[in-house]
Amino acid sequence: MALTREQMARRVARELEDGFYVNLGIGIPTLVANYIPDGIDVMLQSENGLLGMGRYPTDDELDPDMINAGKETVTARPGAAIFSSAESFAMIRGGHVDLTVLGAFEIDQEGNIASWMIPGKLIKGMGGAMDLVAGAENIICTMTHASKHGESKLLEKCALPLTGAGCINRVLTDLAYLEIKDGAFILKERAPGVSVEEIVEKTAGKLIVPDHVPEMTFVDE
Amino acid sequence: MAGFDKRVASYQEAMEGIESGMTVLAGGFGLCGIPENLIAEIKRRGVDNLTVVSNNCGVDGFGLGILLEDRQIRKILASYVGENALFERQMLNDEIEVVLTPQGTLAEKMRAGGAGIPAFYTATGYGTPIGEGKEVREFNGRHCILEEAIIGDFAIVKGWKADRYGNVMYRHTAQNFNPMAATAGKITVVEVEEIVEPGELEPSQIHTPGIYVDRIIQGTFEKRIEKRTVHS
Repeated sequence: MALTREQMARRVARELEDGFYVNLGIGIPTLVANYIPDGIDVMLQSENGLLGMGRYPTDDELDPDMINAGKETVTARPGAAIFSSAESFAMIRGGHVDLTVLGAFEIDQEGNIASWMIPGKLIKGMGGAMDLVAGAENIICTMTHASKHGESKLLEKCALPLTGAGCINRVLTDLAYLEIKDGAFILKERAPGVSVEEIVEKTAGKLIVPDHVPEMTFVDE
Repeated sequence: MAGFDKRVASYQEAMEGIESGMTVLAGGFGLCGIPENLIAEIKRRGVDNLTVVSNNCGVDGFGLGILLEDRQIRKILASYVGENALFERQMLNDEIEVVLTPQGTLAEKMRAGGAGIPAFYTATGYGTPIGEGKEVREFNGRHCILEEAIIGDFAIVKGWKADRYGNVMYRHTAQNFNPMAATAGKITVVEVEEIVEPGELEPSQIHTPGIYVDRIIQGTFEKRIEKRTVHS
């Protein structure tokens, strides 16, 4: 079975380490915040200028001056800091954020990512995505492995306009967890009940399959 | 007006001198921390052919979105647009020129503009459509593109508190692009919720020192919420 969105978020959350500063993109990455493992503390960065994003406010706490990068009303956790957009992107571009999690339309075997623009469709903009992929050393992309029509999104070369060049080294799809190294995807784990053959069939880019590919496990939490 | 007193008496006076064809830098992220009354004054004046530099372009009927109603904006530099139907329509009809700019690059363009740095290199956008036609140089093994700074004829800024001398503090995440915009306007106008006497603000807590600010005005604000999310 392909992973659910929640399972994808849970799998990404296992990559969090105690003391990490983390930027989570919109969509599945946002869900990662719900699965931070017990006993570790991470600080969420929101690129509109908040380090230490907390939960949504109660009705009493609701404040129009307190939002996240998705423009949702939020709170600041104890120990948070608030600053300007230039300061926020200095953190991002300067490589100070420990982990960035974001979505993508396509990834290729050279680590290129396309995530912001589909020619012919309405283009709303890249927001902070180009800064995030260019600035972070440690990025996990979350995406579906193939389109609804079965076309692979893990490619030899991205067809869509890029968000960043050569900057992605880890991908979690609904079928597999992969690393990208030396011009190839390396299959590290597969979703429960998903065969290596299915992953091979749905990966258009160069794929290295080790002798043993462990299955992900999810214990009900 | 005497000495360092930057107060003006009306919104009309606050935007005195704005003309059609000018470049206006605006603070704000989404609808958070936007200079809503200064935008309304630009609408009232009816100046057009404006180039606007702002992370977003408001929504239908609020924020910079109201300047679309009478087609006052000719060109916009922004990182994310299209939250409003009118904007989409004008973009698809080529009635407005949109220069999509990565968010960090946009902030840095304003920061550099205000700091007298004419251009800077960044890895952001290299190898993407944003980098096309731009000068490329390699630093420490990374390809970077040259991005030019931005200066505005006017900067319109929303602060929380200011003193009469134009020292400004922002509130929570309503800070966002406001401090950068404030530095990069030939004329910088700041509207705030409260104006206090010099000495009442702690000097080390000032976000925007008064040297950047030409005019300040106290206003009242709707502060519309774009996405109301609450914890049950």
